[in-house]
Amino acid sequence: MIVAPALQVEHLSVEFRTRSGIVKALDNVSFAVGKGETLALVGESGSGKSVTAYAIMGILDPAGRVTGGKAMLGALDLLHATPDEIGKVRGREIAMIFQNPRTALNPIRPVGRQIADVLLRHADVTRREAPARAIELLRAVGITDPARRAKAYPFEMSGGMCQRVMIAIALAAKPSLLIADEPTTGLDVTTQAVIMDLIGELAAEIGMATIFITHDLALAAQRAKHIAVMHAGHVVELAETQEMFAHPRHPYTAELIAATPDTAASLDQLASIPGSLPDLRRADLPPCRYSERCPRKLASCDQPLPVMPPENPHTVACWNPL
Amino acid sequence: MGSMLLKRVLAAIPSLIGVVIVTFLLTRALPGDPAAYFAGPAATKEAIEQIRATLGLDQPLIIQFFHYVVDLAHGDLGKSLTTGQPVAEEIRARLPASAELTLLGLIVSMAIAIPLGIMAATKPGSIIDHTCRIVTTAGVSLPVFFTGLILVYVFYYLLGWAPAPLGRLDVFYSAPPTVTGFYLIDSLIARDPETFVAALKQLILPALTLGIFSLAPIARMTRASMLSVLSSDFVRTARASGLAPYTVIVTYAFRNAMLPVITTLGMVFSFLLGANVLVEKVFAWPGIGSFAVEALIASDFAPVQGFVLTMAILYVALNLLIDVLYGLIDPRVRLEA
Repeated sequence: MIVAPALQVEHLSVEFRTRSGIVKALDNVSFAVGKGETLALVGESGSGKSVTAYAIMGILDPAGRVTGGKAMLGALDLLHATPDEIGKVRGREIAMIFQNPRTALNPIRPVGRQIADVLLRHADVTRREAPARAIELLRAVGITDPARRAKAYPFEMSGGMCQRVMIAIALAAKPSLLIADEPTTGLDVTTQAVIMDLIGELAAEIGMATIFITHDLALAAQRAKHIAVMHAGHVVELAETQEMFAHPRHPYTAELIAATPDTAASLDQLASIPGSLPDLRRADLPPCRYSERCPRKLASCDQPLPVMPPENPHTVACWNPL
Repeated sequence: MGSMLLKRVLAAIPSLIGVVIVTFLLTRALPGDPAAYFAGPAATKEAIEQIRATLGLDQPLIIQFFHYVVDLAHGDLGKSLTTGQPVAEEIRARLPASAELTLLGLIVSMAIAIPLGIMAATKPGSIIDHTCRIVTTAGVSLPVFFTGLILVYVFYYLLGWAPAPLGRLDVFYSAPPTVTGFYLIDSLIARDPETFVAALKQLILPALTLGIFSLAPIARMTRASMLSVLSSDFVRTARASGLAPYTVIVTYAFRNAMLPVITTLGMVFSFLLGANVLVEKVFAWPGIGSFAVEALIASDFAPVQGFVLTMAILYVALNLLIDVLYGLIDPRVRLEA
């Protein structure tokens, strides 16, 4: 259980209106992340990891709508805050870095200017000081020759450098919470480790909480104190990392851990989880969205999912856990 | 940038040579016999032949073309048969009239269309978006002469706010000394505010007519371009980093959305410059479009050739300007050049 959460999300539900029906993208998502700690949101594509982040940030697509729940950042409920209140925390208290850093930066604005834009908005700097502060930030994220690089455009930089710039933008106002949405996707393996180390170091430096979104369970295990496993818009299991690996309780988590390849295994030993995510537009979605893929399904699985008290250190949304 | 400009100018030369050849051949291929036209309906065959010989039209095409090119090299575009005036002088007097009107029309149109397109894109499905659709549809559906006539009827005939639609200046004023050929600018240079106001009054209705007509492509392109940029990753980043809505929409989104809008502006400008004959007719505007059409009807070769050549040069210059603007906006274009 987390004593002093930086962010506490409770019963978050999100729907998307599409031409082919309403997509129930998130249902009753709850988790918390403690000050200075890292929580990993893990799940396959389409499980709702990014939607969770967008809902918290208030940058959902216009078709998306929060239908319930709250996300408490201190005393402020981000999901029901006025645009004014959100404007005061977004970029300042909570920041986000995205996958594909090359397209996530403005292609026709020098990177130094993009950092300065955020500084001018959130930090107490004058127009004259901003460029120098931007160069300092570039140096802090490990860019060599930052004064020259500040004038460069994203297309003149490598993917790893662009992600460093993204990090500089996100951390410009020293936020208390960082959401990193697959920050290393599209980068090569050595750069991935360097970027993750950089995020970790900077987070530790300013005592920032991190929500780390990934589909890579092994990477999550290395970096996060807690892991929340998501499946089809549900958090199916939430526990401390070691506990999760030692005693996975949800059948889906167990399958995920079993499916994580290790270097000793050969190709034909690669495990996979049978079935695929259910169609979230269906009207007859079962209460447990994993039940149709689940080898441990019982008759009682048709009842609404059990709700565990949030103070429980290891919550699992399952009627027949391991 | 400088070497790019030079390269582009050099690259335009072959197309200009092509324009010279094609317009020469086309005007010769047109139906209608200028000699017969000038001799008049009562002329005898001999009289027509005589006029043909004095015009040099009895010589082989290649010789005629040679004469034409030699004259052109001396800056001589020939003489109009109907007015007897040198074509070059006539174009020099009329082009600024058209350019001033078209530019002002385009400014009016941009001032309405670009904000409308941006607002429509930021709130798709809203009242502004529907207004944008209605205004643009109306703009293209109303023929320019009709819009012009309605404006004249309402603002001149009914309300009496606008002066009579009789050219660039009311008869009581004399044109300012020519510097640029634009009355608005020349009257300012001559420190003559009265003439400036008088010229502006004459310009408002025709400029508005052109503005309403050219609204649609600009507003639509702005809206479409903004919509695609607003859904891009870097705008999401800008929003997530809490930048002010104005910064996100103008500094981040609109600057990125500007390239296709500028291309459209260039096309609309060159189209309006040559094709606003109807507006020039309605407002008795001494522009280059009506000049060319009158010459064409009279099978008067020299003005038509001069007009097409002028337009081609303008078009090349305009495209060059657009390329330069592209480079200023987008650093990636600069790199490719």
